[in-house]
Amino acid sequence: MRSKVRAVTDGAVTALAVLATLLVVTPLVAIFVYLIYKGASSLNLAFFTQIPKPVGEAGGGMANAIVGSGVLLGIASLIGVPVGIGGGIYLAEFGRGTKLANAIRFTADVLNGVPSIVMGIAAYSLIVLPQGHFSAFSGGVALGIMMIPTVCRTSEEMLLMVPHAVREAALGLGVPNWRSVLSITVKTASPGIITGCMLAFARVAGETAPLIFTALGNAFWSTSLKEPIAALPLQIYVYAISPYDEWHRLAWAGALVLIALIVIAVSLVRYVTSRGVLKGAS
Amino acid sequence: MGVGIEVTDLNAWYGTNHTLQDINLKIPANQATALIGPSGCGKSTFVRCLNRMHETNPIARVTGTVLIGDLDIYNDAKPVEIRRRVGMVFQRPNPFPTMSIYDNVASGLKLNGYTNHRVLDEIVEKSLKNSALWDEVKDDLKKKSGASLSGGQQQRLCIARALAVDPEVLLMDEPASALDPVSTSKIEDLIFQLKSQYTIVIVTHNMQQAARVAEKTGFFLNGRMVEFDSTHKIFTNPTDKRTEDYITGRFG
Repeated sequence: MRSKVRAVTDGAVTALAVLATLLVVTPLVAIFVYLIYKGASSLNLAFFTQIPKPVGEAGGGMANAIVGSGVLLGIASLIGVPVGIGGGIYLAEFGRGTKLANAIRFTADVLNGVPSIVMGIAAYSLIVLPQGHFSAFSGGVALGIMMIPTVCRTSEEMLLMVPHAVREAALGLGVPNWRSVLSITVKTASPGIITGCMLAFARVAGETAPLIFTALGNAFWSTSLKEPIAALPLQIYVYAISPYDEWHRLAWAGALVLIALIVIAVSLVRYVTSRGVLKGAS
Repeated sequence: MGVGIEVTDLNAWYGTNHTLQDINLKIPANQATALIGPSGCGKSTFVRCLNRMHETNPIARVTGTVLIGDLDIYNDAKPVEIRRRVGMVFQRPNPFPTMSIYDNVASGLKLNGYTNHRVLDEIVEKSLKNSALWDEVKDDLKKKSGASLSGGQQQRLCIARALAVDPEVLLMDEPASALDPVSTSKIEDLIFQLKSQYTIVIVTHNMQQAARVAEKTGFFLNGRMVEFDSTHKIFTNPTDKRTEDYITGRFG
């Protein structure tokens, strides 16, 4: 009798867990399938090699936006990753319990909650207005600042997960603290820190709002940091709200490419950083 | 070669907790000295004062004098220099999880800027042979992570890592308490071999272990050292009533 009750309870809880998992996965799969359904037919070589054609002309592509997104994300990562990881190291290793660390942690959490459009306005007033022109640089900075809190806080959490025994082992060998932090603690936590960076990267890769006042978008080729630059999310936005069917199809294709590129970039980083991991390393 | 240790009026605190009170003792060179006592009696804190690891905890404080050989470690040297001369093996094996077996052993030297590969190869081999691990790992030195070894192997790896920086003193804080009996006896054999070259201080909960490996034994209770004498004397004819009660199992 009791075992029957146990079996029923077990079955019910398992069913609930499976249901919850399905609910989590469904939107993701739905988005992917729908994007492929709507966008794949507009993908061709021209999409990756040509710049947008003027209204009314068929064809054209988003080559400039793909490269532009690459440039913007490059600048953003150059700012967000080192500052974020550096902040995380400070919070976890050197500033533990200090007022400064608490202030930084609080600031990072607030920054994380700031709407992305506000970040765009801030970059606009700090960089675009003084310089007098929209630029790829200002867009990259806006995205970079958005990356900092995520990278910083995940780095901190990952560093704190490194067992105390590992730190003691290094100190016990007569290794100076700074060296132990950089060569042992950070290295031990690096898989988690890299995940944090990828998370931040993927999040800002799809941002449109901070770029509206900064990178602005560009219908032509440009890789100069001083000039407005095209970006995939901006291009998708512009095409999606246009009244032309041809542009709508291109917007779908652009969204598919954006997601595919993010997945490829994240997988590539994972592959590169996982090489050289030893047998049995945890 | 090992050197002797002379401790004078050593006191240590964790916050307001006075964990070590007025410890005086002389630990002889090239012998194994065991420290026994119930949990929380201060014996771990004591060994951590011998390589200045105690003070890595921000609320910890130490007063008194510790001479390692003729070096006054609290007044004449930096903590990192002392820790290179006084190696430590911890209770739980703690190899660096991301490093290969080779890099674990070489880590103390590499992290202090030593890069000569030929010499490093020699030191790694010698240290692993000294810790009786060489034959078990020589084929996967650079292929396997230190964390892939068994618990007993990991502890011998940690001993090799401590030996590679060529210390004069080796502190062992309950090195076998997390290991099975076979691994424990390997560690004890090792202590026997190593004490010709190093001064060994071993903290242990296991009185048989102290009796097996150590020439001298100290009994700690409530932050004080109750008795320090030859191991034989402590276990057969202790002077203090409390020592007798402890080794006959009446408390602790």
